[in-house]
Amino acid sequence: MTRPPIAMLAELTHRCPLACPYCSNPLDLVRGAAEMGTEDWARIFREAADLGVLQLHLSGGEPAARRDLVDLVAAARAAGLYTNLITSGIGLTAARLAALDAAGLDHVQLSLQGTDAAMADAIGGLEGAFARKLEVARQIGEIGFPLTLNAVLHRRNLHQLPRAIEMALELGARRLEVATVQFHGWALRNRDALMPSREQAREAGQIVAEARARLRGRLVIDYVPADYHGDYPKRCMGGWGSTGLNVAPDGTVLPCHAAQTIPGLEFWSARAVPLARIWAENPAFNAYRGTEWMAEPCRSCERKTKDFGGCRCQAMALAGDAGATDPTCVKSPLHADLAARAEAHAAADAAFVFRPAPGRETAGQGA
Amino acid sequence: MIGPGEVPRLPRGVRVQPDRVRGGWVLLAPERAVTLDAVGQAILAEVDGSRSFGEICARLAAAFGAPEAQIAEDAGGFLNALRERLFLEVSP
Ligand code: SF4
Ligand code: SF4
Repeated sequence: MTRPPIAMLAELTHRCPLACPYCSNPLDLVRGAAEMGTEDWARIFREAADLGVLQLHLSGGEPAARRDLVDLVAAARAAGLYTNLITSGIGLTAARLAALDAAGLDHVQLSLQGTDAAMADAIGGLEGAFARKLEVARQIGEIGFPLTLNAVLHRRNLHQLPRAIEMALELGARRLEVATVQFHGWALRNRDALMPSREQAREAGQIVAEARARLRGRLVIDYVPADYHGDYPKRCMGGWGSTGLNVAPDGTVLPCHAAQTIPGLEFWSARAVPLARIWAENPAFNAYRGTEWMAEPCRSCERKTKDFGGCRCQAMALAGDAGATDPTCVKSPLHADLAARAEAHAAADAAFVFRPAPGRETAGQGA
Repeated sequence: MIGPGEVPRLPRGVRVQPDRVRGGWVLLAPERAVTLDAVGQAILAEVDGSRSFGEICARLAAAFGAPEAQIAEDAGGFLNALRERLFLEVSP
């Protein structure tokens, strides 16, 4: 029997008032009209809990763009799920937050595009977004929701990391996620604009280590280091098909948010197939589950149950083969080349390609 | 280390519930799910936000027929680890 998943990410919508150039949504965004309704989501939450999911992440796009967000939170709590809202804050008001509180929302994760309005509004592509976010953060604090601040960092704003740590303390966050941009989705298109230098990546690691020691017991810091500058890949999703699953706005169930970039995989919809059956039987979930699918050098590597060969989507994007060793691994034959490309991306400069609204082909260009 | 007169409690956003699929109990916290063994579950079952650590140890010692000093050491270590991860608050 396949071990049950622990966490489910529900991409309630791909709509979003922001346009971050590193958005992890797929390039092919699901239109609003194709989104599932409240009842479908509520049923999927129950199926998830029955399957063994404990943690539910309500994400997007911007989940607050869903008018039924409060009902969805209530449905998730009724199913017994620990319910986390991943939001930019835009679209939340004091009244809505109070309703989410009454519905039983467990935790809020607030994204930070920058630590001042000039940076944050330029990255998110929406003027006034930063001021709005600070107001929402204050209201979150007033209600007393446990708060995680999620600072997404890249070449343009890595110098703001010390201030992001201060902000987490000022806003009363219990956790800070320092997430260096992962190059999937829109970020892959923006590598020339976003890739940090090796030196920047190293410095960020030091700042995090120092802050962790200094703030022990006050602030928990989770750190996602830069993608192309490390020696070993990340254990993506805890291993393909092992601990988590994603549901796209239209009900498509994915082993990870970027899985649709791998050609030849067939995904099933939770609208048509029970979640438990998808988890156990969908060939896309079984394709890279465990270690049997691996080739060398992963097959005989002692780390293979630690990182499961890294990220399949990254192997696809960088090696052209989803079954290859993630090229961010030093043991990959492509690693030296990747390191050189990382330097080139870091030294390059380019305007952002912003992600557009779902259904609109052309992304805006900007500084 | 948590003192005998201090009162531990689970802060908002942290809860313990049965895992109805895998069996046993889990501690659920922001971005984390921690499987509890029988000992951990027994300790957290005593954490109600009003009992002091000393009282908790006395109750566990009675329930398990173990020396209180031993219990204090084990439970103290367990609760401190949770406190460090901000899964537990302690008030004087
Ligand atoms: S990354 Fe930015 S654009 Fe993408 S969903 Fe999050 S806030 Fe919206
Ligand atoms: S060779 Fe494969 S299993 Fe070994 S460290 Fe690299 S990616 Fe991980």
